[in-house]
Amino acid sequence: MNIVVCVKYVPDAQSDRTFSDDHTTDRTNVDGLLSELDEYAVEEALKLVEAGEGEVTVLTVGPEVAVEAVKKALKMGAHKGVHVCDDAIHGSDAGATSLVLAKAVEKIGKPDLVLTGLASTDGTMSVVPAMLAERLGLPQVTQVSELSVADGSVKGRRDTDIASETVEASLPALVGVTDQINEPRYPSLKGIMAAKKKPVETWSLSDLGLDAAQVGFEGSWTKVVDVTQRPAREKGEVQPDEGDGGTKLVEFLNKSKLV
Amino acid sequence: MTAHPALDKLTAIDSLLSEEERDLATTVRSFADDKLRPYLADWFEAGEIPAREIAQQLGALGVLGMHLDGYECAGASATMYGLACQELEAADSGLRSLMSVQGSLAMTAIHHFGSEEQKQEWLPRMAAGEALGCFGLTEPDFGSDPAGMRTRAKRDGDDWVINGSKMWITNGTVADVAVVWAQTDDKIRGFVVPTDTKGFTATEVKHKLSLRASKTAGLSFEDMRLPGSAVLPEVSGLRGPLTCLSEARFGIIFGAMGAARDCLETALEYAGSRIIYDKPLAGFQLTQAKLADMTLELMKGQLLALHIGRQKDAGTLQPAQVSVGKLNNCREAIKIARECRTILAANGITLDYPVLRHANNLESVMTYEGTSEVHQLIVGQALTGEAAFR
Repeated sequence: MNIVVCVKYVPDAQSDRTFSDDHTTDRTNVDGLLSELDEYAVEEALKLVEAGEGEVTVLTVGPEVAVEAVKKALKMGAHKGVHVCDDAIHGSDAGATSLVLAKAVEKIGKPDLVLTGLASTDGTMSVVPAMLAERLGLPQVTQVSELSVADGSVKGRRDTDIASETVEASLPALVGVTDQINEPRYPSLKGIMAAKKKPVETWSLSDLGLDAAQVGFEGSWTKVVDVTQRPAREKGEVQPDEGDGGTKLVEFLNKSKLV
Repeated sequence: MTAHPALDKLTAIDSLLSEEERDLATTVRSFADDKLRPYLADWFEAGEIPAREIAQQLGALGVLGMHLDGYECAGASATMYGLACQELEAADSGLRSLMSVQGSLAMTAIHHFGSEEQKQEWLPRMAAGEALGCFGLTEPDFGSDPAGMRTRAKRDGDDWVINGSKMWITNGTVADVAVVWAQTDDKIRGFVVPTDTKGFTATEVKHKLSLRASKTAGLSFEDMRLPGSAVLPEVSGLRGPLTCLSEARFGIIFGAMGAARDCLETALEYAGSRIIYDKPLAGFQLTQAKLADMTLELMKGQLLALHIGRQKDAGTLQPAQVSVGKLNNCREAIKIARECRTILAANGITLDYPVLRHANNLESVMTYEGTSEVHQLIVGQALTGEAAFR
């Protein structure tokens, strides 16, 4: 079974995340990494291929530095990588990004399965998997916490607040996984040493038959018109407990509309 | 790479590493932070560790016997092995000991001196962490002078029969296989001993104040009968065990700096957040003098480790240089750990912080694989040509 895993290079949530002047997330001047939520998709792909046969191709769209996300997945054990990198892609919204991903998946070949994570840890929109499935004309099963593949179909469990659904789809399909599905492996020494020799292709828009006008700010349906950084957290109020601590606490919670 | 960006920026050790080396350090560090560090205080307090489970996890990471070639071993560089030791020992010296004894002592002995059958039987399983090994050289009365060992192996037809005892054997009670060194009628020979062999007994050493997150044992052999194929065929004399010890010493040069770095990172963070007389402890001159002096020694020790690693990879390393590294880095690491304890004051004596745990562990690290005194004598001999051991 051949699997394409879509991954994103995101700013490290532990570092200071900022926006550029054009209101896009600054992905170049901060420490970045493979979005943690995508590690679950990589792990699931590796498990499926290890249990049978086939190859895992990791796909990302992003600036030059985004190749680091692909490399991390290769160190975990993926077989090859594709990095779509073109200045014109800068500013693409979810819709435009899904177009680039769809063209890249088509160029990679006809995978049996396209895997994604739950959402990126920077944008957190969680819409690209659905858009991508639509563009590829694939059945989509998103937000699954358990996955199995047998007899040309895929079966996943979706946990909601009130019930757990088991959803089945015929292959080829797109599946999005949650962070409950597995425990991503650490890159092993052998994985790190082997990754150096694994192929990573870099594709531009023209390699995908796309025009600059179809992507970036111009090709996007949505636009971030303003960004306000969340105000710094204010210092808390210390209330000494003089026997009435409980009352004061309830008063505070009540005032804050928390009870 | 470190938890303290300012320290990282000042030492800039990362800039001397290849991408592959940095990746390995990162992966071992992440593993240790997620899977080991949260449990260390409890393991240390209880004197218990899930050795088998940890060995399997280390096997999955590929770090057991990682510097050996073939037999499912990764064939990584010596420097990479050192970096793995550094990151594991930043968590706890006892866990690095588990890896050292498995990879540098037991596996190296079998890899360098074993028969093809011995290698095939043990090395792949040991690399995967499915089989654990220990290394029996030291005896109750013979540590720095192993040539005096009393353990005897006698021929009986094709078999060997071994009597004697070993002491301070890391992994002894959890091992599946022991590499045991014994005096024969001719020279000292090594034996590959499955620990379920009749006559083999391992007894845990209790009441330790150091390396409590590590299993230490005494071994005893009573008319322990082994087939002729159990002997390590490719070596006789002390060269065998001393070759293995030199490998383990090498890892300690890096490892000790891992423990020291963890202490310094802890002290830096503590001093920055502990308010005393209305300002952070870090803002006091005496504290800064301590922090600055410790950083100098950490950086010098890390550079020394890397220098020795590069020489080992180039094939130019002399044994006396390993002694320089082990002597310096153990000595400075324990000084740093103790000094950090003074910055943490009373909090420093608890297991809520790693500093006294590291300091206590480093007492053992200074002693095993060649005491500081022995290393002074090795360096002294290299300088003067005079042997002053006895």
